[in-house]
Amino acid sequence: MVRQEFHKKMNVDGVTFIIRDADEKDLPAVTDLHAYNTGQHKPDYWEETYHRYGDSNEGFFYVCEIDGVFAGFIIGEVRAWEFGSEPCGWVYTIGVNPEMRLKQVGTRLFETVCEQFRKAGVGQARTMLHRKDNLNLSFFRSQGMMGGPYIELEMPLD
Amino acid sequence: MKLQKATYCALYAVLELARDPDVQLSATDIADKYNISANHLAKVLRDLGRAGLVESVRGAGGGYRFAGNLKRTTLFDVIHLFEDVSENERARDSQADTDIGNALNLVLREIDEIAIATLGSITIGTLLKTMRWRTERVERDQENA
Repeated sequence: MVRQEFHKKMNVDGVTFIIRDADEKDLPAVTDLHAYNTGQHKPDYWEETYHRYGDSNEGFFYVCEIDGVFAGFIIGEVRAWEFGSEPCGWVYTIGVNPEMRLKQVGTRLFETVCEQFRKAGVGQARTMLHRKDNLNLSFFRSQGMMGGPYIELEMPLD
Repeated sequence: MKLQKATYCALYAVLELARDPDVQLSATDIADKYNISANHLAKVLRDLGRAGLVESVRGAGGGYRFAGNLKRTTLFDVIHLFEDVSENERARDSQADTDIGNALNLVLREIDEIAIATLGSITIGTLLKTMRWRTERVERDQENA
């Protein structure tokens, strides 16, 4: 199936946002932003992620630009889990250029990916975060997300 | 999670005042609305004032108004003034140094950490906004029914 290109321009409170499919040329900016946010520089990982979500039909890898400047990115996919989960829209990650904070970049990206989830026929958006990641937790809460019925469990394998 | 009466009073007061930061309300206005003791609320408002979350306005038409930051002040910021919700609370338990005490505290600490992460990530602005969204959704559903 041929992937349909996504490109959306919107003007909110005097700011012109362009949200579009990520391009291979965006990878350095995405890699740097992720490194800034997490301290981990992982170009190979982002290259692989781009090929999985960006140039396939596996998910949505969008970039936001303000006045031609990279402002942030989001990745999402429709996925079903085991343990009886209905397919849901999964927000895989989001990142906002720190110089573009407080311009509603995250909100525009999140709204856009949720719109695509709705079009794909799912009725629930989900994500998973570290409980100490207050910045992102607060962001997703401000978008209306709440704790859901699933609990993440883990154990060391050593 | 069970909150003390003073904590509920504080949350009602902060949220009611933050709903419209330009409006000033007396302790009696808030107490009447939430059916709580005006005397008790007055003490709670003094604590909130000391924490910089509300401020009193003197003179005719005076009262209290919200003085926090809608986008920064979280539910945790209000609750921790009246409850001991720190992550290290469990370590002070007298049985913490036994194997069973330790195992139980691991589970209870997990619950505490989730509670703190939840309360610390919901700002007053977010709570008021999502409350409005829920009301609008209910109204929409009623109109469509």
